[in-house]
Amino acid sequence: MRPYRSWGRYPDATPSGVLPVVWRSEPPELGRLPGTVLAYACGRSYGDSCLNDGGLLLDVSRLDRLMEFDEDRGVLRCEAGVTLAEILALTVPRGWFLPVVPGTRWVSVGGAIANDIHGKNHHRAGTFGGHVTRLELLRSTGERIVCTPDHELFRATVGGLGLTGLILWAEIRLKRIPGPGIAMERIRFADLQAFFDLATEDQAFEYTVAWVDCLARGRRLGRGIYMRGDHSPLDGPTPSPVRPARLRVPADAPTGLLNRLTLGLFNEAYYRAQFGSRRRAVVPYVPFFFPLDGVDDWTRLYGRRGFLQYQCVVPDAPGGDPIRTIFERISRSGEPASLAVLKRFGDVRSPGLLSFPREGMTLAVDFAFRGSRTLGLLDDLDAVVREAGGAVYPAKDARMSPASFRAFFPGLERFALQRDPKFSSSFWRRVHAS
Amino acid sequence: MPPDSSSRVLIIGATSAIAAETARAYAAHGARLFLTGRNGGRLEAVAADLRVRGATTVDTAVLDVTDHRQCQEAVEAAWAALGGLDVAFVAHGVLPDQARCQGSVAETVAALDVNFTSVIALLTPLANRFEAARHGCIAVITSVAGDRGRQSNYVYGAAKGGLDRFLQGLRNRLYHAGVAVVTLKPGFVDTPMTAGLKRGPLFATARRAGRAVHRAIERRRDVAYVPWFWRPIMWLIRALPEFVFKRLRL
Repeated sequence: MRPYRSWGRYPDATPSGVLPVVWRSEPPELGRLPGTVLAYACGRSYGDSCLNDGGLLLDVSRLDRLMEFDEDRGVLRCEAGVTLAEILALTVPRGWFLPVVPGTRWVSVGGAIANDIHGKNHHRAGTFGGHVTRLELLRSTGERIVCTPDHELFRATVGGLGLTGLILWAEIRLKRIPGPGIAMERIRFADLQAFFDLATEDQAFEYTVAWVDCLARGRRLGRGIYMRGDHSPLDGPTPSPVRPARLRVPADAPTGLLNRLTLGLFNEAYYRAQFGSRRRAVVPYVPFFFPLDGVDDWTRLYGRRGFLQYQCVVPDAPGGDPIRTIFERISRSGEPASLAVLKRFGDVRSPGLLSFPREGMTLAVDFAFRGSRTLGLLDDLDAVVREAGGAVYPAKDARMSPASFRAFFPGLERFALQRDPKFSSSFWRRVHAS
Repeated sequence: MPPDSSSRVLIIGATSAIAAETARAYAAHGARLFLTGRNGGRLEAVAADLRVRGATTVDTAVLDVTDHRQCQEAVEAAWAALGGLDVAFVAHGVLPDQARCQGSVAETVAALDVNFTSVIALLTPLANRFEAARHGCIAVITSVAGDRGRQSNYVYGAAKGGLDRFLQGLRNRLYHAGVAVVTLKPGFVDTPMTAGLKRGPLFATARRAGRAVHRAIERRRDVAYVPWFWRPIMWLIRALPEFVFKRLRL
């Protein structure tokens, strides 16, 4: 059996069983199954939103067929277990690209919809769900419902964490690209204000994102590398998106390998690695979008206890106060935080009732799991985010409180009306204690 | 790899995981495909996937391989639809429950029928047509389980081992007509057929197995282990003397 864990390898959960769903012409009779069910494909959600402790998992990784591709209009229909890597392998040579890609290509279409994922072009394109034109949902009543964006059930399913039924297939609108390259620019910035200044130029570029050194303090707080780019033709070979990584972390590293010292050295090296403050290059799209896919099972570096990723969004404030406060809290806490990713979300409205992205600054930080110290810090950060009127991303979460969840997602009551009662997850039971 | 954009390929049991992945490799090269399978709904899903992936044409026919007349008709239909064949790939099979077979003649015979007799029912008309055309390749999935009988799996092993011998003879016969016969021996592959087995480090993904099969067929290999590392493993297993082997619990 495959290991059915989440990407952060925390928390542990044991499903009561796993039912593979392989053929859309033979959907499982969900109503007859014991207990609750939840779809599982790639397991790239970080926390417990893809886990169903004590319940059944519906493994859709073999529900992986393409159905239809209109090459003139750029409309693709495929089953829910198809990975974004498979789609890119097919469409990029034909001049089409996914409208939104996250930081890994190993996510399924069903997962991309259920988490209403975003990418480096959120400021222009919004979320993945905004480009889905149709999807078919299998409900536990046995009904199969084809939903379009004007359905309330569609709005509940996009970003709905897999709780409205089993997505069987979806139709996605792709976008034209001039080639498989990215013309990119990397700019070193010295502090948080310098980042905010750079972010004002975001609209001129399709993709923008910044890496920030979370361990830098004082004057250097918020220093980092800003990356921006646009699609471009590419001379020379393009790495295939479906080829597995050449490097792999073979086993769990000793707990504590990633500590303040090692991460500090890494961050310093990463910050300094770039000669000069600006660099331009045309690179293949795979390493630009998916640098961490280059090493398989890299999360093993965090050791057996796993890690937590914390991603929040806070509305813009003059001077970026909430983001500054969050960086200060992290830096003061002494928790070893590694790579942090900072980006400005645009004002494109997310279609989902529980979609996470909204206008403002979003920050994602990895923390090795060190028990109550880590959890205490993240509760502090939640308070800052709530105060600022922001939200924390369920796809990355393993610990937020029910009260925080309610505060972050005002669409929750409308969502709950559409939820399929047969579907549940460890996450849902944790944040929706009723 | 030689270009196979004009390849006309018949795949029997095309909805099996390994065959569907092999078909994807052919589709990516623009091949013309004729697929058969037991279940029409599944067959259509696989066919649509292959069309999107670049297959020039995909025809399908529902086929119950235990009906030998249907086997003959399917071969004729594929030959007519594609105007001849370059590759015939026979990939269907079932993994029977050894314990149940031991208690049931009917179960054992049914397993032998699907895994051995039905394949012969297909290979006989295929061989005659390929021999007359003096061109092409017949590829058949057997199994590492056919290399030596083991107490846990010998009904399946016997069918696959028998098939192995049949293919040896056929290869010898068709060699003189310029037709290749490829024996494909997968080890453990992570597919619905093996869902009941415990996963271990020797398991390969269906994707990897399918690509290896495509490569072996295109290179007209005589006997290919899938993945390759089963060749030395099975060499060792075959090399054990019987007086030792019979004592093992395998």
